[in-house]
Amino acid sequence: MNPPNKSGWKPAMNATDQDGMHIGPATVSGNRALMLEEPLSFEIGHAEITGVDLPEIDPAAANRLGGLERSDPIGLVGLSEPETVRHYTRLSRQNYAIDLGLFPLGSCTMKHNPRLNEKVARMPGFADVHPLQPVDTVRGALEVINELAHWLIDLTGMHGVAMSPKAGAHGELCGMLCIRAALEARGDARKVVLCPESAHGTNPATAAFAGYETEDIPAGADGRVDLEALKARLGPDVAAVMITNPNTCGLFERDMKAISDAVHEAGGFVYCDGANFNAIVGKVRPGDLGVDAMHINLHKTFSTPHGGGGPGSGPVVLSEALSPYGPLPYTARTKDGVVHLIEEESAESFSEEHFGGVMDSFGRMTAFHGQMGMFTRALTYMLSHGADGLRQVAEDAVLNANYILRSLEDLLHAPYADSGPCMHEALFGDKDFGGDLSTLDLAKGMIDEGYHPMTVFFPLVVHGAMLVEPTETESKAALDQFIASFRSVAERANAGDESLKQAPYYAPRRRLDETQAARKPVLAWNDPNLT
Amino acid sequence: MRYLPLTDTDRSDMLATIGADSIDDLFTDVPEEARLDGPIHGLPMHASEMAVEKHMRRLSKKNLAAADAAFFLGAGAYKHHVPASVDHIIQRGEFLTAYTPYQPEIAQGTLQMLFEFQTQVARLYGCAVANASMYDGSTACWEAVAMAGRVTKRKRAVLSGALHPHYAEVVKTMAKFTGDTIADAKPSIQPEPDTTGLRDRIDEDTSCVVVQYPDILGRVNDLTEIAEAAHAKGALLVVVNTEPVALGAIKSPGEMGADIVVGEGQSIGVGLNFGGPYLGLFAVRNPKHVRQMPGRLCGETTDAEGKRGFVLTLSTREQHIRREKATSNICTNSGLCALAFNVHMTLLGEKGLRQLAAENHRLACLAADKLAQVPGVTVLNSAFFNEFTIVLETDARALVRKLAAKNVLAGVSLGRLFPDVDALSQGLLVAVTETTSEEDIDTLCSALKEELA
Repeated sequence: MNPPNKSGWKPAMNATDQDGMHIGPATVSGNRALMLEEPLSFEIGHAEITGVDLPEIDPAAANRLGGLERSDPIGLVGLSEPETVRHYTRLSRQNYAIDLGLFPLGSCTMKHNPRLNEKVARMPGFADVHPLQPVDTVRGALEVINELAHWLIDLTGMHGVAMSPKAGAHGELCGMLCIRAALEARGDARKVVLCPESAHGTNPATAAFAGYETEDIPAGADGRVDLEALKARLGPDVAAVMITNPNTCGLFERDMKAISDAVHEAGGFVYCDGANFNAIVGKVRPGDLGVDAMHINLHKTFSTPHGGGGPGSGPVVLSEALSPYGPLPYTARTKDGVVHLIEEESAESFSEEHFGGVMDSFGRMTAFHGQMGMFTRALTYMLSHGADGLRQVAEDAVLNANYILRSLEDLLHAPYADSGPCMHEALFGDKDFGGDLSTLDLAKGMIDEGYHPMTVFFPLVVHGAMLVEPTETESKAALDQFIASFRSVAERANAGDESLKQAPYYAPRRRLDETQAARKPVLAWNDPNLT
Repeated sequence: MRYLPLTDTDRSDMLATIGADSIDDLFTDVPEEARLDGPIHGLPMHASEMAVEKHMRRLSKKNLAAADAAFFLGAGAYKHHVPASVDHIIQRGEFLTAYTPYQPEIAQGTLQMLFEFQTQVARLYGCAVANASMYDGSTACWEAVAMAGRVTKRKRAVLSGALHPHYAEVVKTMAKFTGDTIADAKPSIQPEPDTTGLRDRIDEDTSCVVVQYPDILGRVNDLTEIAEAAHAKGALLVVVNTEPVALGAIKSPGEMGADIVVGEGQSIGVGLNFGGPYLGLFAVRNPKHVRQMPGRLCGETTDAEGKRGFVLTLSTREQHIRREKATSNICTNSGLCALAFNVHMTLLGEKGLRQLAAENHRLACLAADKLAQVPGVTVLNSAFFNEFTIVLETDARALVRKLAAKNVLAGVSLGRLFPDVDALSQGLLVAVTETTSEEDIDTLCSALKEELA
């Protein structure tokens, strides 16, 4: 028998109908049928329980630990396998996910994650391979990296690609470091990076980490970069411009080519945040728009799962001017068709052939070769869709977003709807809300309707912003249902329906007190019996 | 196409609702000269699930899987048994296809898991607070150096020569751009690490000393003196651990005075995956340092009805709030790998982790004893956990390639890790885990005997 739970944790009892809602009688367990409360593993586990069968420790065995045996308790608890499976299954049911419904989180591209990708990533030849195996035993893995690299280069019309960055923000850093290395190589110490106000927070954070001061680029009334204002700011101190295209208002930067030309003329580089590539994959190649570096979130456009916050993968495509500066290690195929892994010791001999000069890598960004598990998934996805299917992806993503935009613009303030179609996401503001209701209240109302809310309060350029990205993997029926819910909650918001302020009512938790969490941080479990 | 639900009828109905004649009308903002008129040339067209699986399987077969060889590689990535229930749980759609928990009322599953994960990591490391994960050990290592700079307001980091060279390279790469000074060193191939030399390199400008434990040659040594030496000069001690299983047997870095402990969590739950995705772990001993930490933190709170719940907290450190003033630019981290770690660690528990560590160490001792009997092989380490260095009388890198052809993946040659250090070219790093059988050890010994004869 398991040792008894010593923490004294009790599930929270059901609320009474304090909001005038009929929620039925309280239950002893705190559960409500399939809505199940679950304590922390630390409250139900025990140091003596384990769900893994391993040999008993021989206390008499000699060791070679240098006298550093860990004698004090670590403080971990275990559960048997059935308890473990139940614990996490019960926790999983408190999460919203794409598999449960439309996940309209703008700029995050929450599309269906095909299960073939999962199956392929688990093939032993990919999953059970060590990064430092002799290269002759991992030629297939290197081929995957190289084949994916080719797809990315062809889809973007760029010259090279750095595969090792671990996520979008890491890719941004990679691109900015390439830019800085290229500028330094020509003895040009520029200090400033320009970012639009609508940029993702990672853009200015990355530029700062790469050692640059950031300045805002003003936006025009049409939600796009103000080309003339940008031109006026360009000069010998501007290292790069970081632009998201399509931008975070869901709009295509019509002047992108003119922007690139102006930046290049002023001696700078163009970094494009590729978070929104899903809108244009197969339709437009960023290389044709003068982009010098762009990261691609494989966990957005190319369907690798978000996993509740990663892992991601952020390869960076590079122009000819930046390719020689990309990070080590990288792969290269020689004329005999063999794919090689280039690390420092062999970099020089390969650079002559591939770059017509000496490869001048800025260095290593991560211990190994990047997110192989994401590469296999992304390549599987690309092969499934093919060049024709990927083009259809962009078209359907844009079609779905415009359908939402036009189905809601009569009810909600849509700041750029008059200027033409949107791309893959539709942007709304809180201008027409009644009372003192905010975007947050509408978002929480959507939770009660059974949806994950859209991205809220971003981009910062629109008051009370709501950014809706349906993606191409939603059916028309799913969109119509979502629109019906969204309209209903928007109508309540516009009417100043105060009950929205208490939403959500039906989620596993009511609104959580974030101020309390930040004021007195509790960041690990402490045994109440010991404190 | 199987992933696209819209029918052509849907598409034309929707275009009508929008008021567009064709899909091209929705792309009019793209300058005409930049619009592609059809599928990109040179790329294949769509393919069936069966065809794609076949293609990928063919590529996977060109790799030698660790389970199909006598396998002894480590150096920052270890082959451990991952219980079947771990992979089952991380494939539940509610975890797999969720986003970062920005809406906590419908993300308590992920958030509670992260809270448990943070608690496990903090306890394993002997620290007060751990974050919700970083990309991997090497990037966590750089983030620790950057954080030490923020805490001490100094810009010179001292790296031990026995730090994983790829980790040191990541730190040096980043420092080139931030203006930090990195004082590094080459490892000395001695039975014990050169702590005196390391201590002598700490000065009044040093922000932190970075040591690996167990180190890149598999050696374990007491860090208390280094911690004291660092603290005496006002510097922090950063300890890097690449094998978390070791901490089920040897003292935690926190117990020995480490201020920031970072590492690779891949060993618990994640698998080899040819180097990624992995799991960066990051913890601090002093809770006062929490506000200088990078990455996401999950904290406990209550909801409007007083029920306990969890949220992402202290986000004023992060890029989406602070933009260019953030402590790091990290956004997406390694959430699902953190779940795998959390589930595996819950299955192990205190008892299982200690047993797992003991079994790793037992087999490593056995391997070291048997290898020491092979003529031409010397075991370097006086102390180790599950990985140690052997010194051969020949170039280890060439030997590893030869043995690979015989299905023996003998280890990681120091020549591969340190191509510029000739003195290390005869060193071979051998890792042994619970997945290593005694038969594997005998296979390695006889293959070495043959090659060295």
